[in-house]
Amino acid sequence: MALLDISDLHLSMRSFEGETPILKGIDLTVERGQIWGVVGETGSGKSLTGLTISRLLPTTTARYTGGQVRFDGKDVLRASDREMRALRGGRIGMIFQDPTTNLNPSFRIGTQMVDAALHAARDKPEILGLTGRESRRARRRAAWDASVALLESFGLHDAADRMTRFPHEFSGGMRQRVLIAMAMIGQPDLLIADEPTTALDVSVQSQILRLIHRLVEERNIGVMFITHNLGVVAQLCSHVAVMYRGRIVERGPVTSVLKAPEHIYTRALMDAIPTARAQMDTLRGIDGPLRDRIEAEIAATAKEAAA
Amino acid sequence: MLWYVIRRLLLIIPTLLGLSVIVFAIARLLPGDPVGLAAGPNATPEVIASVAAEFGLDKPIPVQYWTYLTGLLQGDWGVSLFTRRPVAADLAEFVPATLELVIAALLIAVVVGIPLGLLAAIRRDGIFDYLTRTVSLGAIAMPRFFLGLLLQLAFAMALNWLPLSGRFPLIEFPPDRITGFYTVDALLIGDWHAFGLALQHLALPALALSLSPLATILRMMRASTIEVLQQDYILTERALGIPSWIILFKYTLRNAVSATLTVIGLYVSWLLGGTVLVETIFDWPGLGLYSTQAILGQDFMPVIGVTLVIAMIYLVTSVIVDILQAVLNPKVRLQ
Repeated sequence: MALLDISDLHLSMRSFEGETPILKGIDLTVERGQIWGVVGETGSGKSLTGLTISRLLPTTTARYTGGQVRFDGKDVLRASDREMRALRGGRIGMIFQDPTTNLNPSFRIGTQMVDAALHAARDKPEILGLTGRESRRARRRAAWDASVALLESFGLHDAADRMTRFPHEFSGGMRQRVLIAMAMIGQPDLLIADEPTTALDVSVQSQILRLIHRLVEERNIGVMFITHNLGVVAQLCSHVAVMYRGRIVERGPVTSVLKAPEHIYTRALMDAIPTARAQMDTLRGIDGPLRDRIEAEIAATAKEAAA
Repeated sequence: MLWYVIRRLLLIIPTLLGLSVIVFAIARLLPGDPVGLAAGPNATPEVIASVAAEFGLDKPIPVQYWTYLTGLLQGDWGVSLFTRRPVAADLAEFVPATLELVIAALLIAVVVGIPLGLLAAIRRDGIFDYLTRTVSLGAIAMPRFFLGLLLQLAFAMALNWLPLSGRFPLIEFPPDRITGFYTVDALLIGDWHAFGLALQHLALPALALSLSPLATILRMMRASTIEVLQQDYILTERALGIPSWIILFKYTLRNAVSATLTVIGLYVSWLLGGTVLVETIFDWPGLGLYSTQAILGQDFMPVIGVTLVIAMIYLVTSVIVDILQAVLNPKVRLQ
């Protein structure tokens, strides 16, 4: 059974002007040990797909109009709120783009991390080396120790001291490591990383990528890595899915897709990467005529599939 | 942190000094004839002169100010022209009464307003949200004295649950003075009967005074909670599966309450200066009644005293609010 199996997922968002279809039939399967890069331009639905897996979209505006999301066989879209809360943190970990805004500024790192650990340990006490019958105090102690150990293993020295500090006392790269540690403290099976390196500089970016790669090798987790950056995909991912306007237009092992892109949008996306020698006037975007051709091709494929 | 607190407290001194100059000057330079008023309608020029000499009002104003200031440092706040009572003794009597009223009103406003604001925010655009929005608009708009009258009509006259006015039954003795707060004093000496009586008298005026700050706190709390709930870190906490009550009451509350805290601090002085009408209706022997009489009689020593006391309470409150902000928000501590 696949770790994550999304099939024909449709999602609409409600606004004042009515309902807008956002995801128009997403199919994606992530196995353990795989790192799926999900690429595509802004607004293509990458992040919403990620949030859907943990069902974190506001129910007032988001409506699932079709399809299924199965995590380890469980139908996520039809699970109860309680079941979902158990999945979050303990089975599915998430990290987000901006490490400067994703840690609560008013609480010490340790407070936030211990709460995350304690929550995950409710269903899986073994991750903190507990049996589930310990006192509150003992559980807190274990959560604290596990957090310190995890932060140390992520390359934060003096982690015990850093646990007592506030987010603003950390650099961006350190904060992202703390956030990854918070996501991993529950030992989830799937990590959804929504542009985790976009806000970081290049050297810190490669450290974070190496960390994620190590987690996959050590723990055999599945990763869904959402990004704009095809270079990062080439370095890190085993598979790639290219999204365009709420659809996955191309997917496959990263080597074959990036070497021989079949879809016109994938090719356009790769051509849009500037090279070191590019002049200002040779920078290529995806402009009007090219966009028309992409639309035409997608319409043709849809017709073919329907026939 | 300690140095910050000490520095802030020391800054109060020059502020009060400057304020005393201004208030003294305004009170003395206003047109009017306080000595004439104090001496009575049929006083001869000799009597008026002797009254003026008795209070040192025949000397130049800077000299009068200097006398006042040196007296102030020794705990002498001057003497009322009318009652010939020392202002310090009057203030010791009336300041606790008004403070008790204001603190009770704020306590009601905070204890009720913050949870309701939180609730309105999480049930945003629900029935409860609309209800509190409408009611709080009315509460802010309704004059306090009118609300006081309504409360008296309902709870004192019709239902007869609570006393109509006053601070304590006339036929009983209030608890021995320790702090001047009847409720606190009664508790300190363990007199439950007196505590109950003091609380009964406090209930209606405190309620009348609390409604407008309650509504403001509720609205502030709702707005800042909604803002905090949209922050990235709340999404992260939800993605970690942290139970929603911990996210709300621990992680959201602390961030949301700091804007509200500033409003609460401002309300302390606003209420202190605005109790007059409520005190009049409930016949509450506090600063409001005292200062109104003093102002009408151009009895400037009490006026200056009351102004300085309110200013002092305001300054101390703002220091406390700033300290609490630093406790709530670690980034403030850096500055």
